[in-house]
Amino acid sequence: MSESNQSDKIIEFQNVTKSYGDHVVLDALDFSVRRGEKVTIIGPSGSGKSTVLRILMTLEDIQDGVIHVAGKPLWHEEKNGQLMPASEAHLRMMRKEMGMVFQQFNLFPHMTVMRNVTEAPRQVLGLSRDKAKKRALKYLDLVGMTEHADKFPSQLSGGQQQRVGIARALAMHPNILLFDEPTSALDPELVGEVLQVIEHLASQHDLTILLVTHEMQFARQISDRVCFFDQGKFVEEGRPEEIFTEPREERTKAFLSSFLGDH
Amino acid sequence: MLFGIEWDTSSHWAFAVSILPILGKGLLVTLQATVVGFLLAAGFGLVLAGLKGMRSRLVAWPARFFSEFLRDTPLLVQLFFLYYVLPDYGLVLPAFMTGALALGLQYSAYTSEVYRAGIQSVPAGQLEAARALDLTPGRTFFAIVLPQAIPRIIPALGNYLVSIMKDVPILSVVAVLEVLNVARIIGDRSFNYMIPLSMVGLIYLLMTLVAAWAVRKLDERLPKEGIHLQ
Amino acid sequence: MKTGRYAGSTQQQARPGPSSELLPILIMDILTYSGHLLSGAWITVQLTLYSSVLGLFFAFVLGVGRVSDNPFVHGLSAGIIEFFRGTSLLVQLFWLYFALPMIGQTLGYDWRFPPMLVGTLALALNIGAYAAEVVRGAIQAVAPEQYEAAKALDFSPRQTMWRIIVPQAVPEMMPSLGNLAIQNLKDTALVSLISLADLAYKAEQLRNFTQDSTTIYSLLLLMYFGMALVVAGLMKLAERYACRWRAGGSV
Repeated sequence: MSESNQSDKIIEFQNVTKSYGDHVVLDALDFSVRRGEKVTIIGPSGSGKSTVLRILMTLEDIQDGVIHVAGKPLWHEEKNGQLMPASEAHLRMMRKEMGMVFQQFNLFPHMTVMRNVTEAPRQVLGLSRDKAKKRALKYLDLVGMTEHADKFPSQLSGGQQQRVGIARALAMHPNILLFDEPTSALDPELVGEVLQVIEHLASQHDLTILLVTHEMQFARQISDRVCFFDQGKFVEEGRPEEIFTEPREERTKAFLSSFLGDH
Repeated sequence: MLFGIEWDTSSHWAFAVSILPILGKGLLVTLQATVVGFLLAAGFGLVLAGLKGMRSRLVAWPARFFSEFLRDTPLLVQLFFLYYVLPDYGLVLPAFMTGALALGLQYSAYTSEVYRAGIQSVPAGQLEAARALDLTPGRTFFAIVLPQAIPRIIPALGNYLVSIMKDVPILSVVAVLEVLNVARIIGDRSFNYMIPLSMVGLIYLLMTLVAAWAVRKLDERLPKEGIHLQ
Repeated sequence: MKTGRYAGSTQQQARPGPSSELLPILIMDILTYSGHLLSGAWITVQLTLYSSVLGLFFAFVLGVGRVSDNPFVHGLSAGIIEFFRGTSLLVQLFWLYFALPMIGQTLGYDWRFPPMLVGTLALALNIGAYAAEVVRGAIQAVAPEQYEAAKALDFSPRQTMWRIIVPQAVPEMMPSLGNLAIQNLKDTALVSLISLADLAYKAEQLRNFTQDSTTIYSLLLLMYFGMALVVAGLMKLAERYACRWRAGGSV
């Protein structure tokens, strides 16, 4: 990370602070991700690691600091050389960079699989019905859900729903894909099919992936970099081999051993 | 002139002020009809709920049909029916009582559901516990079920009280001098409908706001764990 | 007070009531009455249909306005809802029919609208205000995660509300809207009081003419009951359609 130059960074957090009342979730966080990098965030439950993703997706705001996405400030707008709080129009423009896959899938229950994937490209990007459908079929094929295109989410298993969730995010052609514990809500036997899809995406060079997960083995397999997050800070980060085999920090060691002990 | 009270047509304001006591007399009738209608609805509803809940289908099904029939037909028509048909069979009631009876019947269909829902809201475990303690069915109902159902029943009944109040103007069709009828008569005689009818609208708005507030307060006051009956 | 009710009492004795054994006469009566009542029933059907559709429109506009972040839109919607829920329907009907033309007259306009229009409008505003609360409740019951998913896909707030949130709130509304549709059908009877020749009006006319209260009002109650069953059936069908995406269909 140290050798990368400024323009390489597609995401950059500088001194970002977020708290709920007295509870500090992000404590003057500095953090950056290179274009095309696959980064996994691990850490104890409730430590606020999902908050990093949610702030990027603009689902939650920040109290202090600056975030840059693709070279532009995310939560701010430059006006007369000064950073002002972002307008809704600016946020909408910035969101185009990113897509998100949720822990609870959050598919639109009243729409078929096909409409779940075509609705945003049609309504937000203004694609024609045919173009949106073509695009949807491409990504449904990628996640292996083409044959279920006419079903409603309630007729699908959790793993299938999550694969649709991934296709839905991809259909917006984001440069950055945020995965918020994508397999935590799944029955163990359904985790594999979702990980397989994510693994396939991880092999694509231009897509930046930020993944929050408890699947350590998987994190090790696909990540360029693993970050251990605890108490509002990144305690330690490095190549997966380093973090998982020889962690430097005591807290990382404790977390990993407790985690491996659980399984 | 109505009820021996003259109105003053010198200005809109003077007119409004001068008819206020007349409307007040109508309002009194409205409130009386509301109360009597509500009491009848609460009583009939209890009977209807009991009948609908009977084990015997010979009783329960006709009761359910009757309740559905009351609920699905207009109050106005039920009122006409009572007012014109009952006397044919020798039962002559004054218009006010006929109106209150119609309100009571129509709303008994709704209140019977309130009782049913309130009683059903008591968890089944409570009945099992009562059985485990060997309480008699009567004791179970009055000491266990009813006290816990009441906090749900009362606010719902309160809402129907407000509904009944809003339906009282229908009684004007059988010449009950409730507030809307009074306002219309004033309109007929003074050729000014706008002021009395608008005043009745405001009076109603005020009454329902106060009533809704009272029901909400009552709901907050009622202990959710139940009311102990002595 | 008694004159109205007993105007036909002498006729009552001359002409056997429905309790007599002269069944064929009763059947003939019912057929004759029905023919007369049907034209009124048609008005009732139209009125129910128009005011329900218009009321549904009001319900969605006001219900969505009620959950708006904009304080003006929120306040205005809440005010309109409270106003029409808080004042009695008959008061609203009379006000639109008797008082509004007078305001128009003062301002120099002709605001004497045909009873059908006044009836439709009053019914729609009244039932729409009640339904708006149903719409609001159902919207607030939609999972907050749905807003997040919509945001992540960059939908505008308006698109999110009308394309994502409101459509999935519909199944939640259906049982209450079904009850309100029947309520609305019943409420149409009140338009007979502003001389609109609906079912109740025709029955009243017939009773004045024949004094055969028992048969006419029984018939009238049955006709309303029948129409209510039809409305309930239609609403059940609509509910099934609205719930088709839910696991296990209906609620």
